[in-house]
Amino acid sequence: MQHLVQMKSISKSFPGVQALDQVDFDLKPGQVHGLVGENGAGKSTLIKILMGAYKADAGQILLDGEEVEIRNPIEAKRLKLGAVYQDITLASELSVGENFFLGKLPRSLSGLVKWAKVHGETQTFLDELGIQVSSRSLVRRLSPAQQEMVTIAKIVYEGSRVVVFDEPTALLANEETEQLFGIIRRLRDAGTGIVYISHRLEEIFEICDTVTVLKDGQRVVTCPVGEIDSDTLVNRMVGRNLEDMFVRQTYQTAEDQVLLEVSALTRQPVFENISFKVHRGEVFGLFGLVGSGRTEIVRSLFGAEKPDTGSVSVEGTAVRITTPAAGIRHGIGLVPENRKEAGLATGLAVDFNINLASYDNISRLGFINGPAERRRADKYVKELRIKTPTVRQTVNKLSGGNQQKVVISKWLCRQSKVFIFDEPTTGVDVGAKVEIYRLLDELLQRGAAIVFISSYLPEIMGIADRILVIREGRSMGLVERPQFSEERLLRLASGLEAEAQTANSTA
Amino acid sequence: MVEKTKPESKSDSTGLGKRIIAALPKEATLIFIFILFCIVLSILTPRFFTVQNLRNLVRQTATIGVVSLGMTYVIISGGIDLSVGSVLAFAGISGALLMVGGTPIVLAVIVALALGALLGLVNGIAIHEGRVPPFVATLGMMTAARGLTMLVSGARMVTGLPRPFVQFAQLTIVGLPALFFVWLVLIIGSILVTQYSRFGRNVFAIGSNREAARLSGINIRFNTYGVYMVSGFMAAVGGMMMTSRLANGVPTAGQMYELDAIAAAVVGGASLMGGEGTIIGTVVGAMIIATIRNGGNLLGVNPFVLQVLIGVLVVVAVMVDQMNKGRSE
Repeated sequence: MQHLVQMKSISKSFPGVQALDQVDFDLKPGQVHGLVGENGAGKSTLIKILMGAYKADAGQILLDGEEVEIRNPIEAKRLKLGAVYQDITLASELSVGENFFLGKLPRSLSGLVKWAKVHGETQTFLDELGIQVSSRSLVRRLSPAQQEMVTIAKIVYEGSRVVVFDEPTALLANEETEQLFGIIRRLRDAGTGIVYISHRLEEIFEICDTVTVLKDGQRVVTCPVGEIDSDTLVNRMVGRNLEDMFVRQTYQTAEDQVLLEVSALTRQPVFENISFKVHRGEVFGLFGLVGSGRTEIVRSLFGAEKPDTGSVSVEGTAVRITTPAAGIRHGIGLVPENRKEAGLATGLAVDFNINLASYDNISRLGFINGPAERRRADKYVKELRIKTPTVRQTVNKLSGGNQQKVVISKWLCRQSKVFIFDEPTTGVDVGAKVEIYRLLDELLQRGAAIVFISSYLPEIMGIADRILVIREGRSMGLVERPQFSEERLLRLASGLEAEAQTANSTA
Repeated sequence: MVEKTKPESKSDSTGLGKRIIAALPKEATLIFIFILFCIVLSILTPRFFTVQNLRNLVRQTATIGVVSLGMTYVIISGGIDLSVGSVLAFAGISGALLMVGGTPIVLAVIVALALGALLGLVNGIAIHEGRVPPFVATLGMMTAARGLTMLVSGARMVTGLPRPFVQFAQLTIVGLPALFFVWLVLIIGSILVTQYSRFGRNVFAIGSNREAARLSGINIRFNTYGVYMVSGFMAAVGGMMMTSRLANGVPTAGQMYELDAIAAAVVGGASLMGGEGTIIGTVVGAMIIATIRNGGNLLGVNPFVLQVLIGVLVVVAVMVDQMNKGRSE
């Protein structure tokens, strides 16, 4: 059969990373081609190159056998390439119909919009696909799942020849997923080429006919779905040489005093009944796919978002979690996922940021002890080897790794006992990563307990003493270091394996 | 142009003079511009550098100068306060009415200042609890407080103020107007608060990154209240100063003061994005604007032309600031 899309020897590098290394990818009309791999394997990069969002360093793209250059998303659209991304791309203040006709609203001779036509056509189309949404409703008033379905319908309506679905089911319930599959089959039968990206392997087996596995920017295998089983697939995804950078000096052996205890923490609809204990000197890993609720769990136990029910205690003292200030007073410090948005006052100086959470400790009658402020800043800049010309430098001029160290210093300065690290090594170069791991060791030696979130398996397996796997806001199982294996963790996280042995089983 | 295209190196390619300017704080540059201004004016007109004129200049600038101090806190916190002109008038009229009604001067002043802070608190509540953007909340207060002022005064001047109160504005201490000393005390207090107090640190943190501040345990509510209360209080101080200077409670006083106060802060280097600004900068900003007005008047420049000049100055000041930032990043 004639190829619809051929991507040949595509390479792309970002500073410090080879995101794609001579990857081939083909798509035929009427094919549903699954694309799987771990976070960072290069799936998104490949798709963004196809959609004109990135430019490949090398390689070529052929459409119907002819070489094309897709310089930007507008060209991709003109070539009838469409994509449904995880995040909603609709204009939320407009109606569904307006979104369908965005930029091309039909107008009568008098220049007025023909609303009857807009909503009539949109409604007919939605009904045809079985999507129960009114064309006149504002997108903002729809549930996330409905918005997702509308986005999908819009792409279909635009008549794309190639449609990429990037984790389309992350927001969908089972019923809607079935509906989505109905739409995909319909497109397939009409000769559209589909690329389907999902972490949920069972979906790959249900809807795809071919699957390609990417790993560390390289294509591992492409084969018909019928010729591979899920175990082999997982194996192909993760079968990598374990890099020895993800190691600590010592792992916890004997169980020490419990520093942090979380019981039955619930915030509907994001997570439910999460319980765990973290001991002094321990790194407790929280693993789950993007959107599994792990970030929300730690934000809630810290007080950044109020949980519905559940309790948190530090060193046996119950914390009334209402605001971050309460969590901080009890010795919890959060190193958030998005350090520029939530971790740092970026336009202010290093010494300011280091002292940010502990000004109450060095002030009297509301006025700050300047020398103490300076002394503390100097101390942590030295101890954590923060590279900055002076402590008066604004933090936005520091590198990612040094910024992360400033955030960590903020909690050290506050003498926190429980450190929560949410994806601490994103956007940080390799050298700084190793330094951050070394810092974890130092924190533990000072008697801290660490909660560590990462979606990168080799990292969390190298760092954590125990790992709690979260899927869709529920704990799927607690895995001890001797039982760590990528297969096992991935199977738990993607729901292939039910909860086996766990201390907190009510789900 | 040539310099721009060069790769960013550690300033070894730039001259010594430029390096010194780059190392100086922004405020030093402003003070330099201000002094240059004064020198030019002294050369252009002999009437500028006279005791009488300078005394007048300082007296006129003190009121708007005080209001600008409050505005600086708000702008550093990432907000804006459009209500200061109306709050100034309301406090001025309230104080005047109380005094005319027989309340002791000191008590009347205290009540007027408290009223200013109270209106500021209302702004803070609308902004924090009501999630109303500061621009809108204080725009509402601007209209409402002006309305209140007209209501309580019957839209008439309040006359017959006690003599000591009126004389205060005419008083000079070591040759300088007493009003200047009010401003000076508040300047010093504000420098201490913004640079050395916890409240000051919190205001900067909130203005720079609200979410990071919250996640560092800073109480956003109380600090938001605090910032707008300071602004309301300063506006009320301005109101009392003006009432004393005009020797009457004037219900239309302080119109457009919000814009002058914002201009002073912005010329002084405060960023409306929050997290940036200094008291000294604002003080010099206010003085530069006042000096342009004063010098223009002395030189007989059409006041409308002056208005155009001041407008251009505000925009240029921010442009220069942005260009400097763009280069250093």
